[in-house]
Amino acid sequence: MRHAVAIAVLLLALAGCGGSAPDGTHLLNVSYDPTRELYGDINAAFAAEWQRTTGGQVAIRQSHGGSGKQSRSVIEGLEADVVTLALAGDIDALHDRGDLVPADWQRRLPDNSAPYTSTIVFLVRNGNPKGLRDWDDLVRPGVAVITPNPKTSGGARWNYLAAWGYALHRYGSEAAAQDFVAKLYHNVPVLDAGARGATTTFVERGQGDVLLAWENEALLALDEAGGHERFELVVPSLSILAEPPVAWVDRYVDKHGTRALAEAYLRYLYTPPAQAIIARHGYRPRDPTVLAKYADRFPPLVLLTIDGAFGGWRAAQARHFADGGTFDQIYAPGR
Amino acid sequence: MGRLMRQPRRHALPGFGLTLGVCLAWLGLLVLLPLAALVLKAAALGPAELWQAATTPRALAAYRVSFGCAALAGLVNLFFGPLLAWVLVRYRFPGRTLVDALIDLPFALPTAVAGITLTALYASTGPLGRWLEAAGWKVAYTPSGITVALVFVSLPFLVRSVQPVLETLEPDIEEAAATLGAGRLTTLWRVVLPTLWPAILSGFALAFARAIGEYGSVIFIAGNLPLVSEIAPLLIVSKLDQYDTVGATAIAVVLLAASFAALLALNLVQLWTVRRRSAEAR
Repeated sequence: MRHAVAIAVLLLALAGCGGSAPDGTHLLNVSYDPTRELYGDINAAFAAEWQRTTGGQVAIRQSHGGSGKQSRSVIEGLEADVVTLALAGDIDALHDRGDLVPADWQRRLPDNSAPYTSTIVFLVRNGNPKGLRDWDDLVRPGVAVITPNPKTSGGARWNYLAAWGYALHRYGSEAAAQDFVAKLYHNVPVLDAGARGATTTFVERGQGDVLLAWENEALLALDEAGGHERFELVVPSLSILAEPPVAWVDRYVDKHGTRALAEAYLRYLYTPPAQAIIARHGYRPRDPTVLAKYADRFPPLVLLTIDGAFGGWRAAQARHFADGGTFDQIYAPGR
Repeated sequence: MGRLMRQPRRHALPGFGLTLGVCLAWLGLLVLLPLAALVLKAAALGPAELWQAATTPRALAAYRVSFGCAALAGLVNLFFGPLLAWVLVRYRFPGRTLVDALIDLPFALPTAVAGITLTALYASTGPLGRWLEAAGWKVAYTPSGITVALVFVSLPFLVRSVQPVLETLEPDIEEAAATLGAGRLTTLWRVVLPTLWPAILSGFALAFARAIGEYGSVIFIAGNLPLVSEIAPLLIVSKLDQYDTVGATAIAVVLLAASFAALLALNLVQLWTVRRRSAEAR
């Protein structure tokens, strides 16, 4: 009998690991790798704002990981109220494979549902010893480039497409572009699984001459203690406009009774205070006034868009990153 | 088993039926259910599709890396594991309990922590990697690095499987061998090792099976270059990221079959040793 009581107590304790019951005041934001610090600040600011305007309490939990992995977790039952991922393709997957959001999710919020943008830049060692100024310098023999695996990292897909877009723009043919990215990836000695891992490999482990990075990751590395003495940021002549999108997950906000809260949270991202936090964390704000205030951090450059240059994420994904796509062809044996 | 069921009263301890039931239910729930799901998934795909997905050049290269490094790591531990066990059992020295506890650390440490620590040590900027690279041996971001990580995570298997057998091996036997004129090497080879072999092999098989599937500690130090330093578990993860469950399942089935084959071979060897022993004893 005593054992039965002990087991019952144990089971009750274990039940506690199952998470708290939804009561409409909790949000789970499932995000990608480098946004930890950004949403840490945003969440605190939003909670204060929410309490000021409605008097209600709100607790926001965060989950971070590779964008594709996070998307799959939500499809497989991680009950995210909102997703803030690296690329639209990963939220499209929530519609295509789980019917968790409507097909037109990207039209529900302003600016393609992307409250901030970023682009791909180069982070090089202090003094730029290899003289790396533009994409052409990265395919020179003897230059080691650090970038994560586009199969597992959303950020890496932007890197890949930026290089492809540059070569297409510069050399004018798809064949030349494919040749260019193949040369570039033959200069990659380590393919990390995620963007944060690649940053660590470059910054902490001292691997490689240049890191292809989200602008916000590069700015973060510079802002850290001693960053400016160790690294330089190089802005190439052309790059890609990365629009990391956000969406509330209809299936789960309805289940949790958090639709209004989730929508308010995402709309808050477009307000001037949130846009300022966004700019401080190295993401390009959408708000022109805020952008002007931080202009020295975000130099202008030619930016391709995924829709204009690649026909949208679905087309880019199928052509470049699906099994047997252009990325896999780089690593076909014998090349 | 039928005989046991019919004559339960022969057991000195009661509760056989209950404990066996709990045991089978628990095993079924925890081990067989997920494995059955995997096999079912694979069976639904059809052999041709499965074979094709399991034998792409990328997958074959990944098996070579995974199995090769796991076997190499097992061989390294095959030597050092029993040695460590020997020292711990046969000698008394200050700090022995501490060393004994250290052996289990690779079990206790989160694998990601192990991976990051090993990478920091062996990267070209790290305290060890700096010297090794000057000597021309690049460890981090190559298959050597993968092997180092696997040696680390699989060491306890060898030590912990040999240790108890060594503890029951009385020094008297070695002394007897010595009095009968055996040299030290002969004693080791003809008297000690034959007793230890089954335990050593069992440790090796466990270490190998564990190393094949190891992901967390390897991923940071591997470099993950397709065809060069990409391990099979990483290929599974990247296939899942592409929603390619067919490819992921196919590779998972190959890994599962390899682990199972290693463990089965181990059991057969042990059975054979026991039979031979009892035949010799007669």
